[in-house]
Amino acid sequence: MNIFAEGIAWLFDPAHYGGVDGIDTRIGEHIMISVIVLAIAAVIAIPVGYLIGHTGRGRVIVVVSGGVRALPTLGLMILIALNVGVGLEAPVIAFVVLAVPSILAGAYAGFDAVDRRTIDAARAVGMTEWQIVTKVEIPLGLPLLMGGLRSASLQVIATATLADYVGAGGLGHFLFLGLQTRDYPQMLAGSIVVVLLALFSELLFAILERLVVPAGVRAGERADNQEDVRAKSVRSRTATG
Amino acid sequence: MIEFRSVSKQYPDGTRAVDEFSLIIPSRKTTVLVGSSGCGKTTLLRMINRMVDPTSGVIEIDGKDISTIEPVHLRRDVGYVMQNSGLLPHRRVIDNVATVPILKGVPKKQAHEDALALLDTVGLDRSLADRYPAQLSGGQQQRVGVARGLAANPNILLMDEPFGAVDPIVRTDLQNETLRLQRELDKTVVFVTHDIDEAFLLGDQVIILEKGAHIAQQGSPEEILANPVSEFVANFIGADRGKRRLAVSSIAHPQGDDLVLVDAGGYAAGVIAAPGGQLATANPTPKSRSISNKTSQAGDA
Ligand SMILES: Nc1ncnc2c1ncn2[C@@H]1O[C@H](COP(=O)(O)OP(=O)(O)O)[C@@H](O)[C@H]1O
Ligand SMILES: [Mg+2]
Repeated sequence: MNIFAEGIAWLFDPAHYGGVDGIDTRIGEHIMISVIVLAIAAVIAIPVGYLIGHTGRGRVIVVVSGGVRALPTLGLMILIALNVGVGLEAPVIAFVVLAVPSILAGAYAGFDAVDRRTIDAARAVGMTEWQIVTKVEIPLGLPLLMGGLRSASLQVIATATLADYVGAGGLGHFLFLGLQTRDYPQMLAGSIVVVLLALFSELLFAILERLVVPAGVRAGERADNQEDVRAKSVRSRTATG
Repeated sequence: MIEFRSVSKQYPDGTRAVDEFSLIIPSRKTTVLVGSSGCGKTTLLRMINRMVDPTSGVIEIDGKDISTIEPVHLRRDVGYVMQNSGLLPHRRVIDNVATVPILKGVPKKQAHEDALALLDTVGLDRSLADRYPAQLSGGQQQRVGVARGLAANPNILLMDEPFGAVDPIVRTDLQNETLRLQRELDKTVVFVTHDIDEAFLLGDQVIILEKGAHIAQQGSPEEILANPVSEFVANFIGADRGKRRLAVSSIAHPQGDDLVLVDAGGYAAGVIAAPGGQLATANPTPKSRSISNKTSQAGDA
């Protein structure tokens, strides 16, 4: 039996479900860690990104934070763990550091992409700055924010495999344990689940990204793309009428 | 009444866009600020709703210094129509029109009913109410922009080259609609354009500006046309002035009681009623102005 088939078989073995080391339990942990990390990162990054996008001040923060992504997450996590001990805290902090730049960039880019003239007009008719943010910039910026959350989520799900290294659980358990015991089917099974989770996240956010495009903006895109179609339909209407 | 007293504006980069500008803008009339690009028209206009604050000088509306009025509050009481319509792309036409009343606390249902009535006012079909701006033509968008500017029933309407980006035929339509609206609504309109024909067509008072918003001449279109005070003004209004002067055609024979008017280029500009060979003299102003405008269109074509 080849290693891939063995991995699949491992995945479907009922003995590997239930209990602290069950695949289901580890998936639950993995998702929980990822969701906690994304939530914390979003709470930090979205307001900051919005503030920078709205005021146009502090763009350098977006650039610098992009560089932070280059930090080796494993090293950072271990460094934090040496200070705060093993458990959930160190990986969560390290992954938040990883996730913030993408979300920050998405939040900022969403605001930055709004036509200046639209914002100027909103201000000129008497919207307060707060109303400009909530009624104009946030709705128009949502698609790009979702894009930022999408890449952050992908990174976090992939990297959360490291959490088990400091005893925080998740799907990394199967990778580390499999490596120690040379149980390659187990490692492979763990990897497959991580990949599936990542794909699921991509799908989810791809759908969300589409859903949050304001109807009027989508109408604009359609109008741009379908000039030809309209010309044709007018012609056929003329022909039949 | 809007009064500018020795108003100057210097932008942070040092550009002195407006230099010691003084003007009285009478109520319930259309005042047109006209001048070439960069002469400071937009800056002047945006100082009226505090989108720009003067570096020095005082602007008063009905005797009240506007620097004492909170900008957001002031802007909700002053209609503003801009060149690109400035509509919110994610909101339907009706919501765009109702924006300001809703900001001012009018119940949504009421604001929507009023907005529908305003679509009638600006000559838009009510069936467009649920469309998004991107689903409208440029001319329709500008009409929605005008409707939004009127929605809070402001006494003052500021218009910054509102028809600059639409094609000439639609522009003529919109200009005539503006004349009609002004007759019906009786607002204090401050209109900015770089098009002298548009200025003469729409303005009760026309202010010709040079760089730095220096006033080259101000007066009614008739006064300015009859007596340009400087070389600059003569050039500004006169480059195609010959074209604008009409004559009764000697070649084209009158059809019934109408005479054909031609411009300097020999193009037919329109017909004028002449019962029994006598020119009709009643109601000269709006008609003769709209003819002069068409003339220039014909000359351009
Ligand atoms: N925000 C700004 N910062 C710096 N310079 C400006 C700004 N807005 C306008 N200007 C300058 O001020 C002058 C007048 O501009 P503007 O009022 O827009 O003229 P107009 O509307 O007549 O074309 C121009 O030289 C323009 O470049
Ligand atoms: Mg301008």
